[in-house]
Amino acid sequence: MLGNENILTTLLLIPTVGAILLALLPDRNHSLIRNATLAVTVLTFVCSLPLAWRLDAQNGGMQFVKDLPWIQAGGFTISYHIGIDGISLFLVVLTTFLMPLAVLGSWSITRNVKAYMILVLLLEVGMLGAFVALDLVLFYFFWEAMLIPMYFLIGIWGSKNRVYAAVKFFLYTAFGSLLMLAALIALYFLNSGSSFNIVQITERLADGSISVNPLGEVLLFLAFFIAFAIKVPLFPFHTWLPDAHVEAPTAASAILAGVLLKMGTYGLLRFCLPMFPRAAVELAPMVCVLAIIGIIYGALVAMVQPDVKKLVAYSSVSHLGFVVLGIFAFNLTSIEGATYQMLSHGVSTGALFLLVGMLYDRRHTRLIEDFGGIAHKMPIFATVFLIITLSSIGLPGLNGFVGEFLILQGTFLKSHIYAVFAASAVILAAVYMLWMYQRVFMGKLNNEANKQLLDLTPREILTVLPFILMAIWMGVFPGTFLRKMDASMQKVVDRIEEVHQDQVYRVENRRLGTEPE
Amino acid sequence: MDINYTALLPEIILSVAGIILMLLIPFVPRESQPKLGYVGLVGILLALCALVLQWGGERGLAFFNMVFQDDFANFSKLIFLLSVGAITATSMHYLAQDRLLKAEYFSLLLFSTVGMCLMAASADLIMTFLGIEILSISTYVLAGYRSSEMKSTESALKYFILGAFSTAFLLYGVALVYGATGTTKYLQISHAISDMDSYPVFLLLGVGFMIVGFGFKAAFAPFHVWTPDVYEGAPIPITAHLAVASKAAAVVAFLRILFQVVPDLSLQWQELLWISAVLTMLIGNIAALTQSNIKRMLAYSSIAHAGYLLVGLTANSTMGAQGVLFYLMAYAFMNLGAFTVVQLVARQGEANVEIKDYAGLGFKYPLLGLALSVFIVSLAGIPLTAGFTGKLFLFSAAIQQGMYWLVVIAVVASAIGIYYYIRVLVFMYMKEPEGEIESVGIPGVARIVILIMVLGTLYLGVLPGSVLRMASEAVKF
Repeated sequence: MLGNENILTTLLLIPTVGAILLALLPDRNHSLIRNATLAVTVLTFVCSLPLAWRLDAQNGGMQFVKDLPWIQAGGFTISYHIGIDGISLFLVVLTTFLMPLAVLGSWSITRNVKAYMILVLLLEVGMLGAFVALDLVLFYFFWEAMLIPMYFLIGIWGSKNRVYAAVKFFLYTAFGSLLMLAALIALYFLNSGSSFNIVQITERLADGSISVNPLGEVLLFLAFFIAFAIKVPLFPFHTWLPDAHVEAPTAASAILAGVLLKMGTYGLLRFCLPMFPRAAVELAPMVCVLAIIGIIYGALVAMVQPDVKKLVAYSSVSHLGFVVLGIFAFNLTSIEGATYQMLSHGVSTGALFLLVGMLYDRRHTRLIEDFGGIAHKMPIFATVFLIITLSSIGLPGLNGFVGEFLILQGTFLKSHIYAVFAASAVILAAVYMLWMYQRVFMGKLNNEANKQLLDLTPREILTVLPFILMAIWMGVFPGTFLRKMDASMQKVVDRIEEVHQDQVYRVENRRLGTEPE
Repeated sequence: MDINYTALLPEIILSVAGIILMLLIPFVPRESQPKLGYVGLVGILLALCALVLQWGGERGLAFFNMVFQDDFANFSKLIFLLSVGAITATSMHYLAQDRLLKAEYFSLLLFSTVGMCLMAASADLIMTFLGIEILSISTYVLAGYRSSEMKSTESALKYFILGAFSTAFLLYGVALVYGATGTTKYLQISHAISDMDSYPVFLLLGVGFMIVGFGFKAAFAPFHVWTPDVYEGAPIPITAHLAVASKAAAVVAFLRILFQVVPDLSLQWQELLWISAVLTMLIGNIAALTQSNIKRMLAYSSIAHAGYLLVGLTANSTMGAQGVLFYLMAYAFMNLGAFTVVQLVARQGEANVEIKDYAGLGFKYPLLGLALSVFIVSLAGIPLTAGFTGKLFLFSAAIQQGMYWLVVIAVVASAIGIYYYIRVLVFMYMKEPEGEIESVGIPGVARIVILIMVLGTLYLGVLPGSVLRMASEAVKF
């Protein structure tokens, strides 16, 4: 068995080594390459499971920590410092869970398969690295390095307008993160040049041994916030998302929606709130309004999309708006809801993109008007799609409900008006998703081209089955997940409460994962 | 007061190698003259060995107090030798392919290296001036080496006229400083200035003129205007030489003067450099956006990189100086690598130097494409590569000094820069070639050079500690 401190390093190493080995395989043997990639990602997933078992739920701090010096010279102290807590645990597991399924969803890629799979594995390293990094430079390292594989995945294997989408994606994110780079260097010197250690800097900011004047705090907050807001994406930074999603190949869309967007909300929880609580509280009204605009705007725009993939992309803007709203409502309920919604969105939207991809593989179109009545020809597909649609809408009993409910409940405690506006989007979500479902699957099968459609193959069923199981599990037993998060989330909430007693609407912080006494 | 030959060993070896080369030329048939590059390579390797022996040795003055003997000089010389080694190696193929069968080329390269080494080590303004002249005169000739091409001749002429002009500025500056302090020795000038109660106008003017002179050589805005034309017209290996080694020489000589001669005037020069840094970064990056010729694009990109170096200089701190040295090393690896690939892709007669000529290349030549991607990503400053760690160290130096706005402008400029860098990747991997791609010849020597540059770029990007430590030792003046 792996020692606790080595699990995370192993997680980073498996896909890295996998990518290197993959490079040595012969180009032409596509099935070997695909299966090898699948094996690597499955292995990574299996290795990540002990994290969920072994994480001590009572301890809100970092666990599985490994801290090695990396660059120590010329006045710099940068370490290879990794670890996870209740916030990052499930994001790590979500990543490793999605990757094998994304690989399975990439079977239809036939051009440059080897390069594609290598990039997918490198992307996984980048994402995992960003979630587990506890050193600011290390975090930035993975955060930026992640862009490159994604850029190539969209730009090479995407559809018609791929180059535009890829470049836009790259520029938007790179611009945001460069400001963050300046901010994190500033934090280093505020920490009297002793380390880039995220935990230490957070603590020192909290106990006042690093002092920042209010303006400085707001600027630092904004430098981080803009980077994350672009990634989330929060309205009005969202315009790269529909392009990137629509042009990206299926698996890249699923990973983008499933994991990459969560980097942004994770960043908010890991950096913006605990490090700069005053600025966060100060700017919360603005952020909440932007989040609500995003929620409603995303839903409205989704409603009129003629393209299924674009519809799902805009629904992401709406769902992620909920997450941001939950985070900036500043109470345990809403923040836990937000984290739950991150996971749940990863599962539902990841699945939706893969499902749309399966349809696209068959018909090479994603326009809603080209379909209609295909449930007659593809009963299994229609059923699966319905379950995932319902989970995305937030039907009780499935995953989407829990997160949305907690967010709305928490937000209600902070502001009735926010909650009312946000809740309206829940109805809109039902409208656009179900209406789309109706137009694609129900009615008469009129289009000749659709009469030849074949139902899901065993591989495809294998791809979607884990999603369905996960959706049900997360919907019925949210406690499994929430229990592990409580302690870490509580720390974030405490930090906010400390600095701004009056702004926070104290709630009875009932441990959500446990039975009420 | 003695000559201390060992301190000058690398320079002596290089000069002797250059002279031997010239003596050999009459005895070698024209067809095999490009092979004489190996003699140059041997000279460079021997000089490298001499350099390694000197490393960490006793510090002091040598050559009648005309040069410093310290690790700052050694670190700089390492950068020069590395660059010129790579350039010599790739030039052999270039000269043979384009039938430029005159091996004086290699002696000139070696002599220019001597000039650069003297600039880095110089302890006297006269020596600095001589170093610059040795470097410049060699490179004026080299820039016009494709003498049958109008562009190359134009490049050489422009470079010569503007170069001479800038040298005049520098020399006038030297004269004024001499007038104010009565000496040309670095340390004595520095003492004289610190003893002054108020600074006479002609001292400030002199320092200003020197800044202008170095600004020309290192292509700092607003003295950068010659760069694109000269870089575009010069033979590609010489463009690399100008963009990397010659620029590095100007920057290190400038750094030494700022830190060892006029540290007391830092309030004055910091302001000038701040403005120049902002201009250089913005002009370089914005002008590069619209270039369709890869040599011109790299020319503007090299201006932009000079801007990042200026950020480190403006910081006026140990961290800034070490950042500059580290960045120069990083810049040498990534830019020489990029130029080597550009040279190979250009093929005979530099026929393919438009960015659109790169369409589809990434899949036809996967390894070459991968290598160029590494260099481009590094130039763009994305992590995993030397370009990122270099920027991290430079920007840190400025933030340490509280120059937040400078860094904000620098990151905005870098963000702009990303656009034109990834455009090369767009063409390589995401565009269909217009016709059949002609085959690209990749000689063995070039393979080795590219491999070294890739490894160097990645090594400095992932494990920069050891080189950073060397740089931080080197800037203890």
